[in-house]
Amino acid sequence: MSRWNVLLLVPLLVLVTPVFNLDEPRMFGFPAFYWVQFLFIPLGVACVAVVYLKTGDRR
Amino acid sequence: MTIRWVELIVFALLFALVTGLGFYAARWKSVGALNHLDEWGLGGRRFGSWITWFLIGGDLYTAYTFVAVPALMFGAGAMGFFALPYTVLVYPLVFLPLVRLWSVSRVHGYVTPADFVAGRYGSDTLALLVAITGIVATMPYIALQLAGLEAVLRTMGLNGSGLAGHLPLFVAFVILALYTYQSGLRAPALIAFVKDTLIYLVIIAAVVILPAKLGGWGSIFDAADAKFNATRTPSDGILLGANNQLQYVTLALGSALALFLYPHAVTGALASRSRNVIKRNMVALPAYSLLLGLLALLGYAAIAAHTKPIVNAATGRPDSNTVIPMLFEGQFSSWFAGIAFAAIGIGALVPAAIMSIAAANLWTRNIYKSYLRRDATTEQECKQAKIASLVVKFGAVAFIVFIDPQYAIDLQLIGGVIILQTLPMVAIALYTRWFHVWGLVAGWVAGMGWGLVLLNGIPNPASGKQHFGGSALALNKLSIVGWHPFAGSPMQIYVGFVALIGNLVVAVVVTIVLRRLRVFNGTDETTPADYHEDEGSPRLHPASTLLR
Repeated sequence: MSRWNVLLLVPLLVLVTPVFNLDEPRMFGFPAFYWVQFLFIPLGVACVAVVYLKTGDRR
Repeated sequence: MTIRWVELIVFALLFALVTGLGFYAARWKSVGALNHLDEWGLGGRRFGSWITWFLIGGDLYTAYTFVAVPALMFGAGAMGFFALPYTVLVYPLVFLPLVRLWSVSRVHGYVTPADFVAGRYGSDTLALLVAITGIVATMPYIALQLAGLEAVLRTMGLNGSGLAGHLPLFVAFVILALYTYQSGLRAPALIAFVKDTLIYLVIIAAVVILPAKLGGWGSIFDAADAKFNATRTPSDGILLGANNQLQYVTLALGSALALFLYPHAVTGALASRSRNVIKRNMVALPAYSLLLGLLALLGYAAIAAHTKPIVNAATGRPDSNTVIPMLFEGQFSSWFAGIAFAAIGIGALVPAAIMSIAAANLWTRNIYKSYLRRDATTEQECKQAKIASLVVKFGAVAFIVFIDPQYAIDLQLIGGVIILQTLPMVAIALYTRWFHVWGLVAGWVAGMGWGLVLLNGIPNPASGKQHFGGSALALNKLSIVGWHPFAGSPMQIYVGFVALIGNLVVAVVVTIVLRRLRVFNGTDETTPADYHEDEGSPRLHPASTLLR
């Protein structure tokens, strides 16, 4: 098990809804509740991509 | 009833195109022997990154998602957005277990998740439980694809009453059944290209055009806010309330954990060529999540546009699944609405095909071959799977024809709760054999029983039903054999999550007892190295490499 795998747990932060269950500040008209969760998509991709690139698959 | 001819003709042309592709798929990338289950049921196990991306994307992001998630946003607000964190979480969570499952399945020639369980625990009984759970959970899921397809057909004016009203759906499904029978997993893999191209086209157009027409996203959210504030229901709104945050979080997490326990999701992954194909897809699949999030918000666009769902002539009640089709109908030109309807309709066919193949694989491998004909040849296995795929599809049509689609949605909720109960047997078993085989069985029985009891106790005031009215359980109703640990709490939680915890607790306790008593725990045919083998390894199962 590589230490990089810990990154796979970072997207779980999207579950801490009380932090961003807010209307303001809005971005492009989107309430914070929505744009914050949208931002988690690139964040999740980045975490998985780093783990993919950093962990070789040879035993 | 008026038929919308332009939409119908565009829809029919695109439907004819994918039908042609479906039959042609039998010869696509084929090396002959389509009478082997690896070929028919897993497309030869050699799909590369692109095909896998379309296949799994077409498999997970279904017509039902495209129709029902926005409909939920339209009706209940922020709660419906759980689909976004759910698809954010699923890929990091399954990244490691899924490649382990791929490797061990390639070494031993497993076709289904139940095959793996049978090999890992040397127990056909445990595999049978996984297979039955998978089939039962998949059936209403297929039925829901049909509900999405039918919503589109009814919006186009094919809104007949009684049995005849279901005729267009029936015709579409017979065609689907025929080419799936002939081409197996290659048919949905090839059609998924068309489906996703259309869906992306429609969504990009919708996301650009609709806010411009409706005064920008800001005013769309404001219109939704105004609508929810005007209702008496405290649980709706464009933000979560105090009582449904826990439900939102547990539903997102529970759905993420459940997704790759569904047999059709595993089928998509096992059909890929190598571990790297799966890993690259775990990075690339969230592109669909973006799409899903934007689509979900179209539910609010429908509020801003004052869209009204149409009344289903077969049930006599408004069908909330028609909200998005009606939004497209009202805001787009006829021919583009036709393309949008085709996108949703074809979006129903792809997952329906994969799901029926996955269910057929389970039936063939883990019931027919394990219990009915142990000496079945590969040809007989394949024949059996093809026939089973037909039976499964017509079973799903019967669901829609004889049961109100609203009940189909409730059955799907139950499906999610029960498939989650196979998590210890499949996902945890990929890492450890600590759990005792009978501990897993006991946990399954407990999780299943408790989950169903709790679901049975959930009423739905909106539809006037007393039982099985949803998956949000008020904590004060949570009872453990009559004891109410959270009496008085109005907070809600996802039933599947509660049942899974019950399942794990029982499995742990029974395992500890049986380990003390030194009860035989079956034989494991896998070795630690099996979980890491990759493409090109000499240890891969010959049946799946022979044809390459």
